[in-house]
Amino acid sequence: MFRNQYDTDVTTWSPAGRLFQVEYAMEAVKQGSACVGLRSRTHAVLAAANKAASELSSHQRKVFRVADHAGVALAGLTADGRVLSRFLRSECINHAFVYDAPLPVSRLALRLADKAQVCTQRSWKRPYGVGLLVAGLDESGAHLYYNCPSGNYFEYQAFAIGSRSQAAKTFLERRFEGYNDYTPDQLIKDALSAIKETLQGEKLTSSNCTVAIVGRKDDGTVEPFEMIDAKRIQEIIDSMEATEEAPASAAEAESSSMQEDKGTDAGTGTDAAPMDI
Amino acid sequence: MDGSHASGSKVAAADGPGTQRTQYPYVTGTSIIALKYKDGVIMASDTGASYGSTLRYKSVERIKAVGKHSLIGASGEYSDFQEILRYLDELTLSDHMWDDGNSLGPKEIHSYLTRVMYNRRNKFDPLWNSLVLGGVKKGPKGEEKYLGMVNMIGTHFEENHIATGFGNHLAIPILRAEWREDMTFEEAVKLVEKCLLVLLYRDRSSINKFQIAKITTEGATIYPPYSLKTYWGFSAFENPSQGAVGSW
Repeated sequence: MFRNQYDTDVTTWSPAGRLFQVEYAMEAVKQGSACVGLRSRTHAVLAAANKAASELSSHQRKVFRVADHAGVALAGLTADGRVLSRFLRSECINHAFVYDAPLPVSRLALRLADKAQVCTQRSWKRPYGVGLLVAGLDESGAHLYYNCPSGNYFEYQAFAIGSRSQAAKTFLERRFEGYNDYTPDQLIKDALSAIKETLQGEKLTSSNCTVAIVGRKDDGTVEPFEMIDAKRIQEIIDSMEATEEAPASAAEAESSSMQEDKGTDAGTGTDAAPMDI
Repeated sequence: MDGSHASGSKVAAADGPGTQRTQYPYVTGTSIIALKYKDGVIMASDTGASYGSTLRYKSVERIKAVGKHSLIGASGEYSDFQEILRYLDELTLSDHMWDDGNSLGPKEIHSYLTRVMYNRRNKFDPLWNSLVLGGVKKGPKGEEKYLGMVNMIGTHFEENHIATGFGNHLAIPILRAEWREDMTFEEAVKLVEKCLLVLLYRDRSSINKFQIAKITTEGATIYPPYSLKTYWGFSAFENPSQGAVGSW
């Protein structure tokens, strides 16, 4: 990316038909620390790699609850992300007030996208410098959307954004085909594994990642969007590492660690080994 | 898509001193009866609309289908009902155009109508109706039947059986005594007809032409109008002026 005479404001097209300011905004997303999202038919999981400005400070909040049935993980200018989260919360609340029902996730993603688009077509505005993974549950099941600063949005089975997200995407590309039938615990494990890919050697612990999940159990009750507490994340990380260190007895380690997990982990035989590396 | 703009906002917002806005109803429908039964919700009304004490219109449909999952019935000012149907039309159309696998169920429509009615009441410009909203929609826990009502002051609730207008006084006691969970369609019709007959005898603004409608998972059905048999052969009705005091 280099400076040129068409990138001063967002309302100037380049001769090649590009809006450079929008593309630069998407660069900002790539600079943020990684986030991943993945979903099954009934559950959606978001995970983020925590980054702290210094050892003295707390880490940036990257995962926000938007409503009982939905939440976002963001990468990029987190200040923009905070403002957009507030907008999403407001949209959900207004819808729930009038209709006494949760705002369907596709319509939530669309409103966010329309808001982002406005900023690409006003000379006195700039695009939001944040990409959001919107995860939620509605009557048609669990959904995951990626909203980017350009105003585009797509639905995904699994996706990763932020710095070194390509490593996570490669991991997810190999495994996403089975996700529709994954149990919540399997989704969480894959999310953590994907985040681990982006850490590139640094050890994954519960203090450098955040995980959140939303979904509907088989009996129809909704598990609202909430962050998983650090202690449980550490337990899952530990059980993943235990399985990785003993691949010969992987099946036994899997079944014993899965019994400790809460939730419905039915098929230990059908579960692939968590680490293919 | 947020439907909280009722037509009151289009009327001039500036009301000068001394102006009043609470209206009187002109053309009104009388009671609506509705109850949940095994397959869904059944709703019934007569097809009359009165102009004061005159039974002016005799073929008025006061129950309409809304979207794929609901029925709405209204008593009170008929023109306000028509206005409400227009709002619901806009709502269901834009919902349908999303084409995204989500659709407005009876609960959402009831909540929306409650917001509209309450907002208009707060502006002293009510929609002069009692609305009954019934429907069936597949929820996460299976088919869920819904029946509720909202009136011109925004009072709203859900129940297994609803009646508006005179039905509140004449039909509700019958429904409370005889309604059961999971009645068959035939049993539900019989119970509804019992209430309609009492209303026909005792409500001066009812007429002997009724419509029954039902909503199930298959959709809404509004049956053609029909009449009930009435009995007037009481001895007290023969020679009504016998024993009357005074004459020409």
